[in-house]
Amino acid sequence: MIRRVPIGILSLALLAGLAWAVLSLPATPTGLTAESLVKLPESGVTNPVTAVLLNYRGYDTLLEVGVLLLAIVGVWSLRRGEWPAVDLRDRPLLMSLLRVLLPVLVLAAGYLLWIGAFAPGGAFQAGALLGGALVLVLLAGLARRVLQRDRLLRFGLALGVLVFAGVCAVTKLLTGGMLQYPAGSGGKWILLIESAALISIGLTLGLLYLGGRPALKQEDSSERSPHAHD
Amino acid sequence: MIEADHRIFLLAGAVLFAIGFHSLVVQSHLLRRIMALNVMGSGVFLVFIALGSQAPGPVPDPVPQAMVLTGIVVSVCATGLALALADRVQAATGKVELEDDAQTHRNATDATKESRG
Repeated sequence: MIRRVPIGILSLALLAGLAWAVLSLPATPTGLTAESLVKLPESGVTNPVTAVLLNYRGYDTLLEVGVLLLAIVGVWSLRRGEWPAVDLRDRPLLMSLLRVLLPVLVLAAGYLLWIGAFAPGGAFQAGALLGGALVLVLLAGLARRVLQRDRLLRFGLALGVLVFAGVCAVTKLLTGGMLQYPAGSGGKWILLIESAALISIGLTLGLLYLGGRPALKQEDSSERSPHAHD
Repeated sequence: MIEADHRIFLLAGAVLFAIGFHSLVVQSHLLRRIMALNVMGSGVFLVFIALGSQAPGPVPDPVPQAMVLTGIVVSVCATGLALALADRVQAATGKVELEDDAQTHRNATDATKESRG
């Protein structure tokens, strides 16, 4: 709240510098469109964005899945998750909505994962849908028993990194290059990585909403109202 | 020169970044700072996508799209971690500001009081 004027001037100077920088860029930037399209037939997919994410720049995505895991590990080590205070399981309207919505969300996530090879879509978009579905489940207080199975959740959260690292090792052995898929089978490897990443991304995004490691059963039962049962 | 359609997106990205930067420095509440970082990130994503969309070729440049896709997921997770950290700060100190900021504010308030008194 102090020194407002100098900070305002600094921000305006930053804006002027950035505006000058973006406007003075050449009109036809030397993009990588041509390069990525030339190799597209060999990449195993026909959607150039998926080819970039999981073939040309696979390292990026491997590290990103690692960052996701680090973020949730960080959150889990900082806090205990809190279940929503209100139990919504006896609200008929919400439950009948979820009965329709949750399968549709899971189905749409699977569709986005599959279509990612040919059209816009992929593990991240699908993972966002799964994450949203998980947030609904958490809000409604469903599936608490599953969500208290620590080992299962940990395995699901780490699955993306584990499978990705496994594919790195196998492709290294098969072709001599890490994440350099054997000719003609790129699509299968990409689908394998994306399926594992989908589960981890969905779980990570959903569980971040809980804000910490799910509370254990005994702590949970003491916190909840006595009339509610799993 | 870049064509006008794209200039508006590039400028909007620069404006978002500057607004976010200003809030990041001026606001001391941690929640506002986390939001400021997100606004700055959105500005960067907008510039990336705008540059990718005017690259030569039959389709927009897929590389910036892939990088922004990566960036969005990372920024969501980083925000989650930052919120958990902010909550810890509040649990430990009872304040939603960092100790240094609070100190600076106190000193500034004290100085004002002294000069008045």
